[in-house]
Amino acid sequence: MLAGVAFAATLSINGAGASFPEPIYSKWFDEYRKKDPNIQINYQAIGSGGGIKQITEGTVDFGASDGPMNDDQLKAFQDKHGFPILHFPTVLGAAVPTYNVPGVSAELNFSPEALAGIFLGKVTKWNDPALASANPGVNLPGNDIIVVHRSDGSGTTYIWTDYLSKVSDEWKSKVGKNTSVNWPTGLGGNKNEGVAGLVKQTPNAVGYVELIYAIQNKMPYGKVKNSSGQFIKADLASVTAAAAGAAKDMPADFRVSITNAPGKTAYPISSFTWLLVPSKFTDASKRDAIKGFVKWMLADGQNLTEALAYSKLPKEVVSQELAALDKVQ
Amino acid sequence: MASTSTTVPSAGPVVGSRSFLARLRDGDEIARLITFLFAASVVFITLLIVYELWQGSVLPRHKFGFAFFRTTVWDPNADNFGALPFIFGTLVTSALALLIAVPLGIGAAIFLAELAPARLSDTLEFFIDLLAAVPSVIYGLLGIFIVVPVMRDVVQPALKNTLGFLPIFKGPAFGIGFLTAGIVLAIMVIPYIISVSREILLSVPRDQREAALALGSTRWESTWKVVVPFARTGIMGSIFLALARALGETMAVTMVIGNTPSIAMSLFSPGDSIASVIANQFTEATGELYTQSLIELGLVLFILTFILNGLARVLILVTSQRGSAHA
Repeated sequence: MLAGVAFAATLSINGAGASFPEPIYSKWFDEYRKKDPNIQINYQAIGSGGGIKQITEGTVDFGASDGPMNDDQLKAFQDKHGFPILHFPTVLGAAVPTYNVPGVSAELNFSPEALAGIFLGKVTKWNDPALASANPGVNLPGNDIIVVHRSDGSGTTYIWTDYLSKVSDEWKSKVGKNTSVNWPTGLGGNKNEGVAGLVKQTPNAVGYVELIYAIQNKMPYGKVKNSSGQFIKADLASVTAAAAGAAKDMPADFRVSITNAPGKTAYPISSFTWLLVPSKFTDASKRDAIKGFVKWMLADGQNLTEALAYSKLPKEVVSQELAALDKVQ
Repeated sequence: MASTSTTVPSAGPVVGSRSFLARLRDGDEIARLITFLFAASVVFITLLIVYELWQGSVLPRHKFGFAFFRTTVWDPNADNFGALPFIFGTLVTSALALLIAVPLGIGAAIFLAELAPARLSDTLEFFIDLLAAVPSVIYGLLGIFIVVPVMRDVVQPALKNTLGFLPIFKGPAFGIGFLTAGIVLAIMVIPYIISVSREILLSVPRDQREAALALGSTRWESTWKVVVPFARTGIMGSIFLALARALGETMAVTMVIGNTPSIAMSLFSPGDSIASVIANQFTEATGELYTQSLIELGLVLFILTFILNGLARVLILVTSQRGSAHA
């Protein structure tokens, strides 16, 4: 009906949050604008914490986060607005171990015990049995391991520590999971670039970076043993497989961690990233625009993800989300 | 006031307002008011910052109290936050920076102002001003790509082999850490010291130099014993400007300090500074207490700067009195 109107006013929708999915979000909003020129979606990549704060304050129309909101944050939103907020997974990300061991060119295998031990500061040499047993035939040196982690608060750190918390009770009780933690050992690098730079420069270093960053910069990274005992290299397919493995037990609110997910081909350090959408809108046109966008994102939008190295959602999750979209009123 | 000034002059108050008007017309009063507002805005902004930092850090102030200053743990998951490692890192890196930058900077300023030909001095001054205008992230990148490898492969092993018995030169050489951060900061603040000190030295009256020379002193004696003491207050001002810059520097420090909240004797070990941890963690900080603890760190940095500036004033006061007593 409005399509016939020559100068239909542009509806501007504002969102803010996670920086990890920003490239794909920008692409999506751009493509969606081409499809529906009357809707302009603006996105500020201010970080997941900022996204949660802004949507709770009500200063943006939707938020975005690399980690699901915790119960306190959900309650804070509910208390302030009188209705709940909903999570919608959009794409998948992963964290990968990257290393610089002089004389070793082989792709290294990391068991959960080895990774937890290294980052707890207990596995201190490259030829520790925990590493050597998973890498038969590789001549690992007896040098001290230098651990590198993110110094800035980050969704990547959240995924990494979430994984370590699942595979190591000691990590869970001593350190825990968060966007920043009290690291037992190691040096801090700022953002993916900082970690990658430190690992590249420092002999015998090991760190973790986002999968997309590793792919785009052609960095070497290791395989990680998943819950089925397979050593899996992170790539688009193995990350999607992790989400598919988790789809069976998907909670209704999509707040699920898919680290160490079941599935033979699942890469264990994977995660969703979410849009945070209020369940009630006072402005019906905004509500329809956001619902329209999410519908498109779950269908056509998913075909744009792999060109930017994001893993797409498995089909099961897409249909679950389409059903959940009705909750937005 | 405005209504009386529009009426025809007839009574006492009007006379006063007319003279006020006259002063307004002259512009003196306007200039006084406007410049007063500008000056007051500085005080206002300072107070506003303190107020905001104070208000924004209610939770950690109540929860931790003064323990915040001596707690060495920074654990977002346990909701336990302490400022000591960051205060330590900020003070150590700034002190190292001044230790390196002050002799170099003042030496260079003396050369440029007193000994170098005017043409050379002006040319070099141009380059120094350029250095002062380089964004700190560039210094940080130079730090990562040039200073860190040199420190790791050359400087730190050399220090370990010669002075390794000192506890400040012990431990593994990562290349990053307190010492590297101090050196990068020193490179960053030297232009400030040179530039301001040179101006101060150049502004020392000619009579002072001529008098010294007339009394038979050499060029160096007149420079060192007359000109430099005369300019002492200004030179100290340049050092405090450099100190302020070093205390608050964020990007360059975070790129080379290692971002590990630790208190260690060794200058080789990685650490963290107040400005660096705020920049690193604020955007993704989860939970009120965590965010507010970062804000309280901002308050701590403010207090630290305040105290150091206060000490600087006292130092200037004491030394200038001693100077005049001798004169």
